[in-house]
Amino acid sequence: MTDIVNLPSETGPSLDLRGRDMAVAGQWRLFWLKFKKHKVALVSLVVIVFMYLVAALADFIAPYDPNATNSRFTYAPPQVLSLLLDGSFQPHVDQLKMTLNTESMRREFTPDPTKPLPVSFFVPAQPYRLLGFIPMQTKLFGLANPKPGDSMYVFGADRLGRDIFSRVVHGAQVSLSIGLVGVFMSLILGVTIGGISGFFGGWVDLGIQRLIELLRSIPTIPLWMGFAAAIPVGWPPLRTYFVITLIVSLIGWTSLAREVRGKFLSLRNEDFVTAARLDGMSEVGIVFHHLVPSFISHIIATLTLAIPSMILAETALSFLGIGLQPPIISWGVLLQEAQNIRAVAQAPWLLFTPAAAIVISVLALNFLGDGLRDAADPYESVA
Amino acid sequence: MSNTILKVRDLGTSFPTRTGLFKAVDGVSFDLKRGQTLCVVGESGSGKSVTARSILQIVDRPGRIESGSILLTRADGTVTDLAKLDPRGKEIRSVRGKEIAMIFQEPMSSLSPVHRIGTQIGETLRIHFGTPKHEQRERVLELLRQVEIPRPESAIDRYTFEFSGGMRQRVMIAMALACNPSVLIADEPTTALDVTTQAEILDLIKKLQKSHGMAVLFITHDMGVVAEIADDVLVMYRGKVMETGPVEQIFHAPQDEYTRRLIGSVVKLEKKAEARTARAAIPAGTKPLLDVRNLSMTFPSGLKAVDDVSLTVRPGETLGIVGESGSGKTTMGRCLLRIYDPQAGSIDYRRPDGQTIDIRTADKASLQKVRREVRMIFQDPVGSLSPRKNVGQIIAEPLKLAGMRGRELDDRVAELMLQVGLEPSWRERYPHAFSGGQRQRIGIARAIAVNPRLIVADEATSALDVSLRSQMLDLMMKLQDELGLSYVFISHDMSVIRYMCDRVAVMYRGKIVETGDTDQVINAPAHDYTRALLSAIPHPDPRNRRMHNRFRYDASRAASANG
Repeated sequence: MTDIVNLPSETGPSLDLRGRDMAVAGQWRLFWLKFKKHKVALVSLVVIVFMYLVAALADFIAPYDPNATNSRFTYAPPQVLSLLLDGSFQPHVDQLKMTLNTESMRREFTPDPTKPLPVSFFVPAQPYRLLGFIPMQTKLFGLANPKPGDSMYVFGADRLGRDIFSRVVHGAQVSLSIGLVGVFMSLILGVTIGGISGFFGGWVDLGIQRLIELLRSIPTIPLWMGFAAAIPVGWPPLRTYFVITLIVSLIGWTSLAREVRGKFLSLRNEDFVTAARLDGMSEVGIVFHHLVPSFISHIIATLTLAIPSMILAETALSFLGIGLQPPIISWGVLLQEAQNIRAVAQAPWLLFTPAAAIVISVLALNFLGDGLRDAADPYESVA
Repeated sequence: MSNTILKVRDLGTSFPTRTGLFKAVDGVSFDLKRGQTLCVVGESGSGKSVTARSILQIVDRPGRIESGSILLTRADGTVTDLAKLDPRGKEIRSVRGKEIAMIFQEPMSSLSPVHRIGTQIGETLRIHFGTPKHEQRERVLELLRQVEIPRPESAIDRYTFEFSGGMRQRVMIAMALACNPSVLIADEPTTALDVTTQAEILDLIKKLQKSHGMAVLFITHDMGVVAEIADDVLVMYRGKVMETGPVEQIFHAPQDEYTRRLIGSVVKLEKKAEARTARAAIPAGTKPLLDVRNLSMTFPSGLKAVDDVSLTVRPGETLGIVGESGSGKTTMGRCLLRIYDPQAGSIDYRRPDGQTIDIRTADKASLQKVRREVRMIFQDPVGSLSPRKNVGQIIAEPLKLAGMRGRELDDRVAELMLQVGLEPSWRERYPHAFSGGQRQRIGIARAIAVNPRLIVADEATSALDVSLRSQMLDLMMKLQDELGLSYVFISHDMSVIRYMCDRVAVMYRGKIVETGDTDQVINAPAHDYTRALLSAIPHPDPRNRRMHNRFRYDASRAASANG
């Protein structure tokens, strides 16, 4: 028999305290345990998941076709969705009464409490395909039995009488996905180039770092404008969308590349990497067995933090009219509607609804990214 | 007792944690008398630093003093309970620095890098006495002279990074002395320093204590330092006082079980291990396993870290490499495995079949073979194990790369874990679940996994508490006997070298100044530097304080004297 040392000072209170479960907890368990402590990030995660769900199910959730116009309700104000009617549960909106103000030559809408329009769930609608392939004939909610002249604009209508709510929900599809697609492209570019830079070092590293500095020193908006101007007007909207993503991610990869390179450099000199090298592990083996697992959580955090900047970039481009163009709906395109002061003064919901969607999603993604970043190295405090 | 300056009673400091209050200091009481030194000693995590910080109310948040009193008696007879003061209040601030001064372990981070040292020391004077600028300078110069900083007139206008570690600590002491405090708290002030510098700083503190009549509260983990300087000793373990008494009693008649163990583990390292005294000597004619000739390594920065080093390691032998920080011993050890590429010299390694390979010039394939036979144990038990792999995977890695698979691999890992004293059922656990000593055992298991013949151990025990140190060395010697290993044991700690090494090489500024049998080098050192190094080591016996009549080595003087 060999002697098993089990000194009290060696096992220590720390082990008893954390118990057996902690002892066998791997990287991802510790990651999750630490992330859970960050309450704001946890709430943000829920918000983000909810928003992406809404975007995915936009056709089902949006009560109206986002491109359907209604000349009767141009610049119709938001209608309050009340849940109770005469003391009983009956969701409804009040019908809008339109009068023409002869002095300002504007249409003025006033809700008429005497004419409640009942709203119900799972109402029948025009056949459509959810997610592009599930045939559906119901919407999540809508007017129970709509007659011409009835309306339900919970966030108001725009200058063509299109439902802002439906448009924001549909806009989420493009705006939120452009972040993901853009970040995905940044990821590929960043990890590859940053990895090469950190792995080979020397003049390769020097060259790549100078390239990154060059890219970062170019003011982004003029750069994007230049690229956007090069997109032929006749291209189909989908292709424009992809090119815009590409343009947006052109800058995004640089920070990721730097992060990856920095991790490579600092980890290369860790003793456990030296130990692996002495064990006879090849350089490629070291990269995939030791380096990648060590920085993958950092990359996830950095990516999450990169999505909001992508969303903002798309919004900025579309707002300036050089990004996506109608009929594509994105939050940036929606904001374009709110460009002139008259529209804002007359119909502030044109500005505030898409802006709120942007602010909430960007904030939530930032908080989520913060939480992930804090949890990314779960060994800092455990050790 | 008018001599008692600081009277601490039932001090309790706690940190709230997820699982409840963690009592870092639990019911500590002691008296600090004028002109006396009280050493607080304990291993890492014993609460000794928190005790010191509680006195000045500078405990890191969210920790706070829960109970007890800290009575400070001033020269005019007034008494203040520091524990009752507001940690951010005016009263405690007037005590800090003026009546109770503190020096810290790491002088580089305790001093501001953007201010000249004169300004930093002067600031204390300005805050507490409102001394005007021109008078400040005079006083600061006087302080620098007191702490024996050479050429104070020019030193006063320098920045901290222009000083060495020992000089920085002198600056810290000068700053602490600025207001003539009645109590000096020194929190491991010499731990970051080399042993020769440590001896000088300890001398200085002792001298200043005498001339100023200060009470010193000295916190350390090093029993040798305690024996050299303490009047009274307080032994702490997990926040509690285990024993307190005069230094003589603690060392020679310890009452408490823990103290006895602590002193025992220190004294054990004061002589050669029993396992080694009885061992038969290695026959003189044996061909060396490793023969290093004229090895030189210069870093791209131009630093010549290893300068013309020659040494041999015979089979079954332990060669100790001892030297202070910056002596190039770690670089040398890493050159032996070609982690660094030395520019000149040869490292001839004799394989079992008698064929020799020069590691310095070996190609990739033969280097890989050599690295299975020559292994390394790292200093840092945290950084050398990947936190993302469990213990089984870590130990299995070299075996897998050597081609072992399946059942055989599992059995071998279990066998290795038993061999280094770890429970094989812990293989699923991750490194964070282990203490420093256990992690170092994992590192050893990884090193011996592929049946090596030579192990380069770089400061393998210096990150460990003293009680674990001898255990680790005993384990290494047990493995040496079982597996017929040879070691190159790199350490700055002479006692560790003496405990287990057969021969020792002393390194100084990249060169080996002396080699020989351990007994001979320690008992009759030939080189002046070795003599200085040996005489600076604190001796854990208060009856035999030898540090004060130690031998000093001045490289420049020695060089000119030797021509």
